[in-house]
Amino acid sequence: MTGKNLTQSAAFLALRAAAIITLAVLFIIIIYIMSNGLRHINTSFFLQGPTSMGRDGGIAPFIVSTLYVSAVSLVIAAPVGIGSALYLSEYSKGGLPVRIIRFCTETLAGIPSIIFGLFGFVFFVVSLGMGWSVLSGGLTLACMVLPTIIKTSEEAIKTVPDTYREGSMALGATKWQTIVKVVLPVSVPGIITGIILSIGRAVGETAAVILTAGSSLRAPVSITDPGRTMSVHLYVLTMEGISNEKAFATAAVLILFVLGINYAANKTATFIRRKV
Amino acid sequence: MKPAITIKNLNFYYRQVMALKNISIDIPANRVTALIGPSGCGKSTFLRVLNRMNDLIEGTRIEGKILFNDTNIYKDMDLMKLRKKVGMVFQKPNPFPMSVYNNIAYGPRLHRKISDKELDGIVEKSLKSASLWDEVRDRMESSALGLSGGQQQRLCIARCLAVQPEVLLMDEPTSALDPVSTAKIEELVKDLRDKFAIIIVTHNMQQAGRISDYTAFFLNGEIVEYGATREIFHRPVDKRTEDYITGRFG
Ligand SMILES: Nc1ncnc2c1ncn2[C@@H]1O[C@H](COP(=O)(O)OP(=O)(O)O)[C@@H](O)[C@H]1O
Ligand SMILES: [Mg+2]
Repeated sequence: MTGKNLTQSAAFLALRAAAIITLAVLFIIIIYIMSNGLRHINTSFFLQGPTSMGRDGGIAPFIVSTLYVSAVSLVIAAPVGIGSALYLSEYSKGGLPVRIIRFCTETLAGIPSIIFGLFGFVFFVVSLGMGWSVLSGGLTLACMVLPTIIKTSEEAIKTVPDTYREGSMALGATKWQTIVKVVLPVSVPGIITGIILSIGRAVGETAAVILTAGSSLRAPVSITDPGRTMSVHLYVLTMEGISNEKAFATAAVLILFVLGINYAANKTATFIRRKV
Repeated sequence: MKPAITIKNLNFYYRQVMALKNISIDIPANRVTALIGPSGCGKSTFLRVLNRMNDLIEGTRIEGKILFNDTNIYKDMDLMKLRKKVGMVFQKPNPFPMSVYNNIAYGPRLHRKISDKELDGIVEKSLKSASLWDEVRDRMESSALGLSGGQQQRLCIARCLAVQPEVLLMDEPTSALDPVSTAKIEELVKDLRDKFAIIIVTHNMQQAGRISDYTAFFLNGEIVEYGATREIFHRPVDKRTEDYITGRFG
């Protein structure tokens, strides 16, 4: 074997090992949590509220809070994010303002979530007087996932070939008609991918939510009620040594949720792509 | 006969670069006008001036006058109306990633509310005019991207026809197609001449000879010679035209 070939094989082996390690770590974590958590899950765990701070009972109110807070954040972040992406890629003509916006979104994407939590606490909870609430938590999470949605949407929009836009404009369509009827439908699968990533982050986020949505044991009804998300509950259970069993069970449910959301969103994307 | 489009002293710039120089010609109605000339001489630019597609490019500027139905298209005409009346077929077929039906229905739906029944009629008529109906009548709901290249190009022509244009601009519509598909498009162009003014850019001299009534020879942004195709091909006045047609350059 020549030297060049040897290098090639060694590099290939190293890369393959890296890939295997990544997969193995991922699987070990999931299997570990699932094997410790699934045992303690039954229907009442899903349907009942907690008793004695979560040592017994279920996590129904926390599931409600998680879905509620995530939904609020998406309802706010998705339109704003997709709108910004459309503006940046279809309307703006480049230049300084656009570069500033880009720089801000990229910086925003790299900020640790506890800082969003601090901001949300000071701004939404205290200054705007929203208190610990689903609304404060949702708004904070919206700020946090906005960069992801903007970036992935922008990339999806950029993959739409210009020939489609030209074809549409040449038929007398306005820019807006072209965006609504051609650009958006074609980029929907990519945009949905960004939204999935955001849901994943929102559902799993702890630091930003604990400071803004609170950790009430009751299920929120109104948007101004406080709520405890599953990840916050998990944090409290472990941190205060309440119950490792329940913590693992909650973690398992959380993972199932994220998997389920990914699956559903992927299916939606494929379905829409086929329809278009 | 009244010309379909009158162009007077047209200059066109991409930023500082002058791409079209002092062009003045009349495009006749119900005739096929071919634009020939070497690559980069401004044929596509000229075509895109006529439906203002160049407006989409940053930093373009135009001088002179273009009259369509006695209206200056850069001053007194609604842009969307102009593009509806002056349709364009591109070099590479660009059907939308939708069903065959929705591709054709796209244009009519843009411009007004329209009943399903009327739309069905428009779609059928447009596909028939583009001699594509028989090939796609059973697959109206399948994706247009599944059609062959030649079918896609005829679909794009049908898509233009559906908004009832008066002028058809075609930018090397057959350069990406095989000979059989090319022949079909050429047949189609001859059929459509009765109803529209057609301006077609082509690299293929034989094609220009076969299908056009008038020919304009472009060189470096200028029209060197413009006249009846037969004259241009058999008795070119300018030495450069003769050289190009006989294949001595370009
Ligand atoms: N978008 C553009 N920006 C700047 N210059 C351009 C652009 N498009 C074409 N040009 C220039 O204009 C000239 C004419 O181009 P074009 O009209 O495409 O020629 P043709 O279609 O005859 O090959 C060329 O020199 C080309 O480089
Ligand atoms: Mg060209």
